[in-house]
Amino acid sequence: MSINILMPALSPTMEEGTLAKWLVKEGDKVNSGDLIAEIETDKATMEVEAVDEGVIGKILVTEGQESIQVNQPIAVLLINGEKLSEIVIDDNIPEEPKPKKNVVNDTNNEENDLPSLSEDELISEKTSFVQKNEVLNTIKSNRLFATPLAKRLAKQRDIDLSLLTGSGPNGRILKIDIENFKEEKKSQVDNIPLSNNNSELIKNSSMRKTIAERLVKSKNEAPHFYLSIDCNIEQLLKARSTINSKSNDEYKISVNDMIIKAASATLLKVPKANASWENENTRYFKNTDISVAVAIDGGLITPIIKNVEFKGLLEISNEMKTLAQKAKEGKLKPEDYIGGSFSISNLGMYGIKEFSAVINPPQGCILAIGVGEQRAIVTNNQISIATMMTVTLSCDHRVVDGAVGAEYLSKFKEFIENPSLMLL
Amino acid sequence: MNNKIYDVIVIGGGPGGYVAAIRASQLGLSVALVEDKHLGGICLNWGCIPTKALLRASEIKHMLDNVNEFGFSVSNIKVDIKKVTERSRKVASQLSAGISHLLKKNKVKVFNGFAEIDKNTDQIKKVKIKSKDGINTELAKNIIIATGAKSRNLPFVKSDGINVWDYKTAMTPQDLPNSLVIIGSGAIGMEFASFYNDLGVKVTVIETLTNILPNEDEDISKIVQNNFIKRGIDIKTNTSLKSVKIDNNSVSSEISTDGINSLIKSEKLILAVGIIANTQNIGLEKFNIKIDKGHIVTNEYLETDEKGIYAIGDVTGGPWLAHKASHEAILCVEKIAGLSNLTPLDKSSIPGCTYCRPQVASIGLTEKAAKIKNINIKVGKFPFIGNGKAIALGDSEGLIKTIFNNDTGELVGAHMVGPEVTELIQGFSIAKKLETTEHELMHTIFPHPTLSEGMHESVLDAYNQAIHY
Repeated sequence: MSINILMPALSPTMEEGTLAKWLVKEGDKVNSGDLIAEIETDKATMEVEAVDEGVIGKILVTEGQESIQVNQPIAVLLINGEKLSEIVIDDNIPEEPKPKKNVVNDTNNEENDLPSLSEDELISEKTSFVQKNEVLNTIKSNRLFATPLAKRLAKQRDIDLSLLTGSGPNGRILKIDIENFKEEKKSQVDNIPLSNNNSELIKNSSMRKTIAERLVKSKNEAPHFYLSIDCNIEQLLKARSTINSKSNDEYKISVNDMIIKAASATLLKVPKANASWENENTRYFKNTDISVAVAIDGGLITPIIKNVEFKGLLEISNEMKTLAQKAKEGKLKPEDYIGGSFSISNLGMYGIKEFSAVINPPQGCILAIGVGEQRAIVTNNQISIATMMTVTLSCDHRVVDGAVGAEYLSKFKEFIENPSLMLL
Repeated sequence: MNNKIYDVIVIGGGPGGYVAAIRASQLGLSVALVEDKHLGGICLNWGCIPTKALLRASEIKHMLDNVNEFGFSVSNIKVDIKKVTERSRKVASQLSAGISHLLKKNKVKVFNGFAEIDKNTDQIKKVKIKSKDGINTELAKNIIIATGAKSRNLPFVKSDGINVWDYKTAMTPQDLPNSLVIIGSGAIGMEFASFYNDLGVKVTVIETLTNILPNEDEDISKIVQNNFIKRGIDIKTNTSLKSVKIDNNSVSSEISTDGINSLIKSEKLILAVGIIANTQNIGLEKFNIKIDKGHIVTNEYLETDEKGIYAIGDVTGGPWLAHKASHEAILCVEKIAGLSNLTPLDKSSIPGCTYCRPQVASIGLTEKAAKIKNINIKVGKFPFIGNGKAIALGDSEGLIKTIFNNDTGELVGAHMVGPEVTELIQGFSIAKKLETTEHELMHTIFPHPTLSEGMHESVLDAYNQAIHY
């Protein structure tokens, strides 16, 4: 007896598919488990295995043929040495092979994700038992049987059920499989050699994980937009050199210290930028607590200089040095880096011209500082040389609108280009 | 002795042994079964079944006593205890004969006699069968020990079949005693207490632990206790039996409650203080078979440390339930036959039933046990007084309690007391086996009006969604 190879239901919702590619041709001998075709559904392309062994007698659908109904014969398999001429090919679509639509309960989303036992119903009852089994076997590798509890546990623990082998009846995934899987997975990770010739595997530190988590949260939740402005820092540099020339080596104010002060002074002028999103409310800060990104071994951290508005450059400079040192030694206390109303990230020392920083949640803005470099600038129809610095403000659009961000940057530019205004 | 080598010889014809033999035959194995006394074992001959026949009689007595409520008047109700006993024995023998037919139909060779296993070769085991016709030796590749258990005596008192009864004498009374002391408040003790109380006997129950039915959830145990006390059963918990004196056809039991001694006189005394496994004289000592606390030790597929020798049922330890033995029988035989995809028995999913009035049925962990395991739980309770069918039946005392894991929605346990709960518990057994969560149970349609609606309501109550409570 020949066997019709039927279009399998590769997912519970699949009603039809496209025969993407034949992997066998007429006359080929196939064994159970051999790949015979690739089927494309609305979701994915999957391979179909032969269930029985025999010879492909006739291919009934051409490569690329679309809208092939589930359970429609796609090829005829000759078994026990019979010849094609001996059989009658019936390539009509069986009358009612359409899968029943799955009734999906809205309140139970997890049911939607995974096929459950009830999908046996997908296989038309009118299909003969043999065919039913064939289809079941053919698609075995693509269907998941799991108990409701196993499904829920997998979801809670973020385990991909398709990676599991079920120990229940017909390979159904049970609670115990989820529990054992966790252990397997763990032990597998432990077994991965930490290094090989091509790569080295370093375990993520909890700091690394925290950074990852916070940045992902920021990029996922805060709608970022970016504004850039060029600042002429000639005056700033002049002021700095004046200040430092009087130091008698007791202090050395950096450009960064002056930027911190300018950022704070600007926040006082544009208080709407000194804000954070708290879902039901927006918090506007009265203090200007500036978080400054510091690169440390294995990550970065943002120690805070608090109440910058009350501090002079010297105090800011000293505090920054202390905090940076503590950060590098891993000695920051939580209150040194948790909080802050506004952040600054400066990559100028690496020659970075400009960049866009990721907002440090729950703050509303972060200012990214580029390198101070000599550029040709045009003023009053004249090209001249000036030391310029490009800064980019990343704003959380939920709290800071474009106009507020723009106002902040223009005021910031004013302070940088006229540092004496900061004395006001 | 002939040369036939059986694939399996089963020792013991109870609900473990005969089920193992039939399943083995179904799987195409050649199988023999050795039974010393009666096919069907204790369960069918002297346990589950005949006591259910007795409890049916006492239930009818209870109904007759309360028939006025339903608009009938009946007078002059008399109990003929001999007839009650006779019916119970008839039920047992009818079923035992049925087992004989089933074994015959399944081509199981049955030997009547007492079996002792012995070594032969590494692969083949010898079974010596002693019967009144002499000793007979048979060979098998695999042996299943399903010898069950017998009731335990206390060091200072043994059942004598006259004044001190074991379960056998207790279920074949020829006369009703005036008074009865029952030692032990497990399922067996409570069923006899309920039976004899309904038939008008003055009953006292002695339990060393704090609660009667100590394996059940405390809420359930309390409801049964209150019901029994209302019916005039004297319940003495935290009480131990110190000594027993028998004189002039009466029994004096010296008991100690919280350190205070007292004396109770009764006509008869029933010992229901547990069981001991039948591991003696069957040749275990010749093999590498471990015995722990009196029970044979096996792996999860019921194989002992000796390859080819298996043990199932009561002889392997608790819970001492017929359905546990039958389940182990099937698992064990399927393992022998090399079937794949077998799941070891999950002891947390074995339902337990007690057929006293009111009935008790449970599966899984009690609230206390769940808390000890540090499971974050949600508890639902539904009393039968809120169930229409129970009220219509005139039997609305009881409670259905469900316990869920609050984190995962797993049904951790279900505990019931009330009308026909022994018939209801299977719903929760299926739920547990299929690993449903509260979601599936809440969205299952339970027919109205049925007692089973109480199961639904209990689940809903766990999630604060009960409608009728």
